[in-house]
Amino acid sequence: MIDYLAVLSIFIGVCFFFAGSVGLLRLPDLFSRLHALAKADNVGLAFVAIGVAMLESDLINSLKMLLIWLLVMAASSVSSHLIARHALRGRKPNE
Amino acid sequence: MNDWLLLSFDILILFILLGLAWLTCNTKEIKRGVTLFVAFGLLLAVIWARLKAPDLALAEAIIGAGISGALLLKAMRDYTEQTSLSSETSRFYVWGINAASLALFVLLAWGLWHALERSDGVRLAENVLITTPESGVSHPVTAVLLNFRAYDTLLELAVVFTAVLVVLAMGTKQRDFGKGEPILIAMVRWLAPILIVTSGYLLWVGAHAPGGAFQAGAMLAAAFILMSMTGVRVDSMLNDSSMRWLLVIGIGVFTITGIVMLLINGHFLAYSKELAKMLILLIEAAATLSIAAALTLAYLGGMPKPQQKTQSAVKIDKTEEGTS
Amino acid sequence: MLQELLYGLAGLAVFVIGLRGALLHDNWLLRLLSLNVCGAGVFITFVAIAYRGLTLPADPVPHALVLTGIVVAVSAMAMALALGRRLRSYDD
Repeated sequence: MIDYLAVLSIFIGVCFFFAGSVGLLRLPDLFSRLHALAKADNVGLAFVAIGVAMLESDLINSLKMLLIWLLVMAASSVSSHLIARHALRGRKPNE
Repeated sequence: MNDWLLLSFDILILFILLGLAWLTCNTKEIKRGVTLFVAFGLLLAVIWARLKAPDLALAEAIIGAGISGALLLKAMRDYTEQTSLSSETSRFYVWGINAASLALFVLLAWGLWHALERSDGVRLAENVLITTPESGVSHPVTAVLLNFRAYDTLLELAVVFTAVLVVLAMGTKQRDFGKGEPILIAMVRWLAPILIVTSGYLLWVGAHAPGGAFQAGAMLAAAFILMSMTGVRVDSMLNDSSMRWLLVIGIGVFTITGIVMLLINGHFLAYSKELAKMLILLIEAAATLSIAAALTLAYLGGMPKPQQKTQSAVKIDKTEEGTS
Repeated sequence: MLQELLYGLAGLAVFVIGLRGALLHDNWLLRLLSLNVCGAGVFITFVAIAYRGLTLPADPVPHALVLTGIVVAVSAMAMALALGRRLRSYDD
């Protein structure tokens, strides 16, 4: 039972990753691309991490998955903030 | 069924690998090339994980994607000019190179095929896996690195040391990045301690699981590089002489251990069995510090200039006095 | 066997691509990138030969050699960058 739940969770996560990648490729400008990428990837990674944590029998390893998710989320939100900030700063003189 | 799934995954990943390699080597823009190179490093980490080499995956994720990216970004900052296409290279030259590359690939592929087909299946791996329990550690890669082929690792540390000596000889520290964005500083403030603790964990866990001195050293260097990128003056934490000591401590401890073992056991770096675990841990701890110092200095681009630092410090003091 | 051959061949292809790039570029930074790609190709082939299927553990000796190789490659890159910077300071 728990295996099926895990696979379902990973599948949902992969769907989010897919949506994020499509957004990265199809959306028109940098800001909307960042928006798609950061959000979809964080949620996608959360579902994948939950799925893998369910498959893992050891509690410590499951907690490590949670830690990985938290670290990646911090890194991706900060880096998208920095990219957006940099882009905005570069744009100001032109306007 | 499973075999086919795995094979399709392999083919997909190799397709991406070759595409990234091709793009990295054929772009004419430096910024693009550097970004692609970092992506290439990340993909390599995935490939190491696929080929059951978790030690390499760890090292590649830290070094290939992290540290070399930082090094290249710093080099790129001083290098703004866009290079034009090589107008002088004649068509003849390009086609000659292409033909030679293709011929080389065919020759190498033929050699690889022969080597794999003719191989009799005798490997060092069996010997290593059988003798690992006697080496003082239970992780085979660490056993190879610090016991069976410790001589190689010592010389490799010497190579890293020599490379850093060249970097140091080429001039003093390059200018830092300015103070980072507040949100970046806030993140680094809690990320850097985590990185340092993780580095200690990697060093310790290397005895029985993937990890060890190289990954730990690279992780420690990554912490310092990250701090330096947000404008923390990493070099002011350490003065000139302590940096020098940190650089040589790895080779020093390694060589001294080797000589002591030569006196006791009659062979260079032949550990006594009961001491092996402690000795390996000692050497690894020293090597971690040296590798971290070497990579940090490589990123900074040389020793900091002592006079200028004191001058600017005095200046800041004066301005503060003036404003207060 | 099939996996070893596939990854080994891909490593050789990456090696040749990197070598070709290093020969064709005239910008030193791009040439350095190509040379690093070239070195990575050697690592891939080496680790591919160490791989022994899903059931057997991989051969640890090439892994140890490649691990040191990765660290040496990054320090060599740092050295090349420092040399290049010094060279350019003479050009200016």
